[in-house]
Amino acid sequence: MRDFDTKNREDVTMTKTKLTAAIAATAMLAGGAAVAQTLVPSPTLDAIRTRGNLECGVHVGVPGFSFPNDKGEWSGLDVDYCRALAAAVLGDAGKVKFTPTTVQQRWPVLQSGQVDLLSRNTTITFSRNATLGVNFQGINFYEGQTFIVRKASKATAAKDLDGASVCVAAGSTEEKNAADWFRERNLKVTITNFQKNDDAIAAYDAGRCDAYTAGVGALAGQRAKLKTPDDHIIMAEPISNDPQGPVTRYGDERWQAVVRWVLNGMIAAEHLGVTSKNVDDMRANSKNAEVRRLLGAEGNFGQMLGLSNDWMYNAIKAVGNYGESFDRTVGKDSSLKLERGQNALWTKGGLLFTPPFQ
Amino acid sequence: MSAASASLRLWQQRLFSTPAQTAITLGIAVCVIWLLTPFTRWALVNATWSGETRADCAPGGACWVFIRARFGQFMYGFYPVAERWRPNLFGLVSLAAVAPLFVLTGRARLRLGIAALLLLPPLGVWLIGGGYGLAAVETRAWGGLMLTLFIAIYAGLIAVPLGILLALGRQSRLPLIRTLAVVFIEFWRGVPIIAVIFLASLLLPLVMPAGVGVDRLARAVIGLGLVIAAYMAEAVRGGLQALPKGQAEAAAALGLGYWKTTGLITLPQALRISLPAMTNEFIALVKNTTLVLVVSILDLLGIAQSSLADPAWVGMNMEAYLFAGTIYWLICFALSRWSRSLEAGGPKGH
Repeated sequence: MRDFDTKNREDVTMTKTKLTAAIAATAMLAGGAAVAQTLVPSPTLDAIRTRGNLECGVHVGVPGFSFPNDKGEWSGLDVDYCRALAAAVLGDAGKVKFTPTTVQQRWPVLQSGQVDLLSRNTTITFSRNATLGVNFQGINFYEGQTFIVRKASKATAAKDLDGASVCVAAGSTEEKNAADWFRERNLKVTITNFQKNDDAIAAYDAGRCDAYTAGVGALAGQRAKLKTPDDHIIMAEPISNDPQGPVTRYGDERWQAVVRWVLNGMIAAEHLGVTSKNVDDMRANSKNAEVRRLLGAEGNFGQMLGLSNDWMYNAIKAVGNYGESFDRTVGKDSSLKLERGQNALWTKGGLLFTPPFQ
Repeated sequence: MSAASASLRLWQQRLFSTPAQTAITLGIAVCVIWLLTPFTRWALVNATWSGETRADCAPGGACWVFIRARFGQFMYGFYPVAERWRPNLFGLVSLAAVAPLFVLTGRARLRLGIAALLLLPPLGVWLIGGGYGLAAVETRAWGGLMLTLFIAIYAGLIAVPLGILLALGRQSRLPLIRTLAVVFIEFWRGVPIIAVIFLASLLLPLVMPAGVGVDRLARAVIGLGLVIAAYMAEAVRGGLQALPKGQAEAAAALGLGYWKTTGLITLPQALRISLPAMTNEFIALVKNTTLVLVVSILDLLGIAQSSLADPAWVGMNMEAYLFAGTIYWLICFALSRWSRSLEAGGPKGH
């Protein structure tokens, strides 16, 4: 018995050694370049290439972020990011398939591998990261609770609401947040409760309150429903912190890096002034070293991740930089007219930031 | 006395026979008018019917432009426009095949029925899903009313035969078969449909080996079919138990075995008795199809909800839900009328 066990163990060790040697040999054969040797396997990337398309989990419907348009195509800020990722990985922004997901099914769909990532208005929290087996790959939208008020009121920040009344849905997180925030600052604000969000916003629209409160993104959609949307402003400064971004499951670090750096790349492109319109010119003529690295004119940044060097060029060419995508889907060129606010670049008073492409 | 004045008298008697009666009648009339006037004003009088965008819609009225712009999606989901003739063709073929069943009688009707039952379901899957010469259309592109009907009909196709077998099994004299049928029925009747759909869609892929994937729509249809089968079984059992024992005994006296007795004597009568109850289950099934929403299969209701997120049309909740609701109501009302007519024309005795 014992002999058998020992022999068996030796066999296993032998196999392991052979395997390691084989992997090393393959790596050397495959590239010859230094890059090939450092690439860790990425089952997700392999699967995407075999499949020929990216599988992206989006929201079933949030105005400006994820929705089917009249032609039946998915659109929105979160959807745009998926298209950019498809362009970076497969060279074609059209090679992405969308799985609309509800609140209940988003995690299981990601965990069971039915999608390669989620890009769907999901708030990044500690407990989700720690317990759900998912990683958050950066922030593509700084969501936060804020207020909508009439322009005529001249109130521009939550602290101006002293003496005002706020319509909220009873028992909602928003009600609690707002009450706590005003109490902490000794501001006398009347909170008027309603059964549902829709009732609360309708009461605000009818003039029963001076303000209504919800997340920035949600308010942008709500404002479009008001009788005269242009008479109302959404306060830029939020009273809560609910950042959202793309989500991947644990494991496959190289894939996670791709997801993270395509988002970073879109932000960097805005910072560096690269747009979908000037990207060809920038790649050919820019003297900025970071632009050249980003667009693959210099260095082999794409290859380091196992992609082609024109990965970000493809993404920006197809979808544009973060700012272009924001303006088109939720910002000034959309019907939602959301201000950049916290979602402006860090150089322009916002929080949107990317580490350097070095 | 003319018939008109007779019926007038009848109404007078029913509605205004006593002062109290008159007060109730008038009170209800006022309520109805009070409720319907603003609705009619919104839905019809002030409504906008033609245009391209929400800007064309007058304030204070329904914006039916939205339904027009989204009509294709409400009917077919994201099914490619160029391929929409396929579900249409299948609908027409099905109607053409099923309509004669209402006219024909006897053997011809039976033959046509069996042929339709055997040929139409695979034809539908092929025409809508593609393959074998037709461009494949993934089930995630299916949607809208087409998908609602597809789920209801295909889940029904699983539920009815399985339900009949289960009902027979539950009546069986063999303990093993009876126990299996009882356990199956009680299990599926005991779990909420939404949980079944959720489990079928989310847990199955977690426990199945990687690469082995059953289509999400197929999983939902099978899940729904199994639950409804349990309910159908109980409906059929009711029919079987309503038959006098003498029927089966007479058949036995004539020397008919179990299968002949069941196939020729008891089951046909039991099915006729339980048809209204089975139609009820089917109506429930049509409405339960909306539960596939939790696994984001965008049926009529799902596509209506997703459309509401388009900033170009945000706030069209009333229009979207009214439209979807009306369609569900039309389907269910038609089914219920049909079941009524079956009841009226059904057997008067044994």
